[in-house]
Amino acid sequence: MKVLVAVKRVVDFNVKVRPKADGTDVDTANVKMSINPFCEIAVEEAVRLKEKGVVSEIVAVSMGPKQCQEQIRTALALGADRGILVETDAELQPLAVAKCLKAIVDKEEPQMVIMGKQSIDGDNNQTGQMLGALTGMGQGTFASEVVVEGESVKVTREIDGGLQTVELKLPAIVTTDLRLNEPRYASLPNIMKAKKKPLDTTSPDELGVDIAPRTKTLKVEPPAERQAGVKVADVAELVEKLKNEAKVI
Amino acid sequence: MSILVIAEHDNAEIKGATLNTVAAAKAIGGDIHVLVAGAACGAAGEAAAKIDGVAKVLVADNAAYEHQLAENVAKLVADLGKDYSHILAPATTTGKNMLPRAAALLDVQPISDIIAVEGADTFKRPIYAGNVIATVQSSDTIKVVTVRTTAFDAVAAEGGSAAVDAVDIADDAGVSSFVGEELAKSDRPELTAAKVVISGGRGMQNGDNFELLYKLADKLGAAVGASRAAVDAGFVPNDMQVGQTGKIVAPDLYIAVGISGAIQHLAGMKDSKVIVAINKDEEAPIFSVADYGLVADLFDAVPELETKL
Repeated sequence: MKVLVAVKRVVDFNVKVRPKADGTDVDTANVKMSINPFCEIAVEEAVRLKEKGVVSEIVAVSMGPKQCQEQIRTALALGADRGILVETDAELQPLAVAKCLKAIVDKEEPQMVIMGKQSIDGDNNQTGQMLGALTGMGQGTFASEVVVEGESVKVTREIDGGLQTVELKLPAIVTTDLRLNEPRYASLPNIMKAKKKPLDTTSPDELGVDIAPRTKTLKVEPPAERQAGVKVADVAELVEKLKNEAKVI
Repeated sequence: MSILVIAEHDNAEIKGATLNTVAAAKAIGGDIHVLVAGAACGAAGEAAAKIDGVAKVLVADNAAYEHQLAENVAKLVADLGKDYSHILAPATTTGKNMLPRAAALLDVQPISDIIAVEGADTFKRPIYAGNVIATVQSSDTIKVVTVRTTAFDAVAAEGGSAAVDAVDIADDAGVSSFVGEELAKSDRPELTAAKVVISGGRGMQNGDNFELLYKLADKLGAAVGASRAAVDAGFVPNDMQVGQTGKIVAPDLYIAVGISGAIQHLAGMKDSKVIVAINKDEEAPIFSVADYGLVADLFDAVPELETKL
């Protein structure tokens, strides 16, 4: 079967971002960009399913400026077969991304869409669920295990109290949680080979999707700074401070 | 203006997260209705009617909603939600799973994990693992919002007397079914609701050593959490993880033991009132947010702390 994997280009997870001084946006000039960690897990899962013989083709798709090609190439180097870039310099909100993905799903007709549970920049945790609504497919969100059985897929999900398993009819959407797998590294020969794999470019216009933003960011600011604390000398002093100064025990 | 709050419940009881979400609804202002969608959930519906500030409770009692599968509940919420100005759910795994799906059915861009209400259409929410706070304004006619429960003080669970209406809709999308679940058992308070949280990290070295934290937790009536490193190493189950990708907590006292304090962990606990760090590495980033830091070997300090309390 065919799998569609959505990948997002985000500020690398090790970078501590800061708002610009004028509070209009986050300062992302000259910071390292990477594939979103949850998307990496999604690519890895698709590749593992291919290695098991369950999946025959993996299509990696990304949306945004031209540079998102780098993240698609990364996915190709990890094992995806071909890429699709939905190129736009406009701001894309999750609803718009879900609509573009819906248009691609209609065209490609994958049996499964695998994507990360959230991107570490917007922290929205919405796109997979919204694609589910638009396509009518079932959704296995926050997946820690994925087992394809014939015409359905069993997904074990990480929920607040523990784990839950659901069964979804294919085609279905899976969003990945951290413990689904440990993504592999791209080897140098595979990075070279990835350069030759096909990568098609389209645009929201060509897909017939209206991407007009529905929310407006009025301001971004740093969170309230915590007061610098003190170091205590020993446990006795710690207990004394917690009891008499902080009054929390 | 009227607001639909989606209750978090287990068919028998209303979960605390619902009370924080009603508090956010109050901050927006308007008639507050609560939807309890489940199976044999009459008791939860009765309990919802007693929540302070709730004007009406809608109970959708149907086998299709028993495990609150997103495919079924989202359709119901979208059907009912058309007549409301706001739809709110707690930012729990249940709320995060269902609400964006309902929003897309309504053709609305939802707003996740709000920490403050600035106006009927304007909210504050953290982005980039809590390193940036964004103020966002929605231009959609229906505002679909999930609420970070630790950012709003719970309303009283008693004192209200709302009318309870049965909802006669049964949406079974037929694309998903519940197979089973494995819930971690614990006698300690729930992590997200506890007044005191003690968390262990990689420094605990193994799962058995968490016993030290459990003993201390029992003395303090605390919940026990963990960093991602401790969960990935298999010391404890993943529902104990505190951080950007785990649970967000804001207790009165957070004690971080053997945790270095990566950005992703801080995102889950830095709104705690008082933070204590016990770590033998005095350069650990956790000390930059800790109110009280103790540079010591946790295997000496934790037992000593327990005896001194």
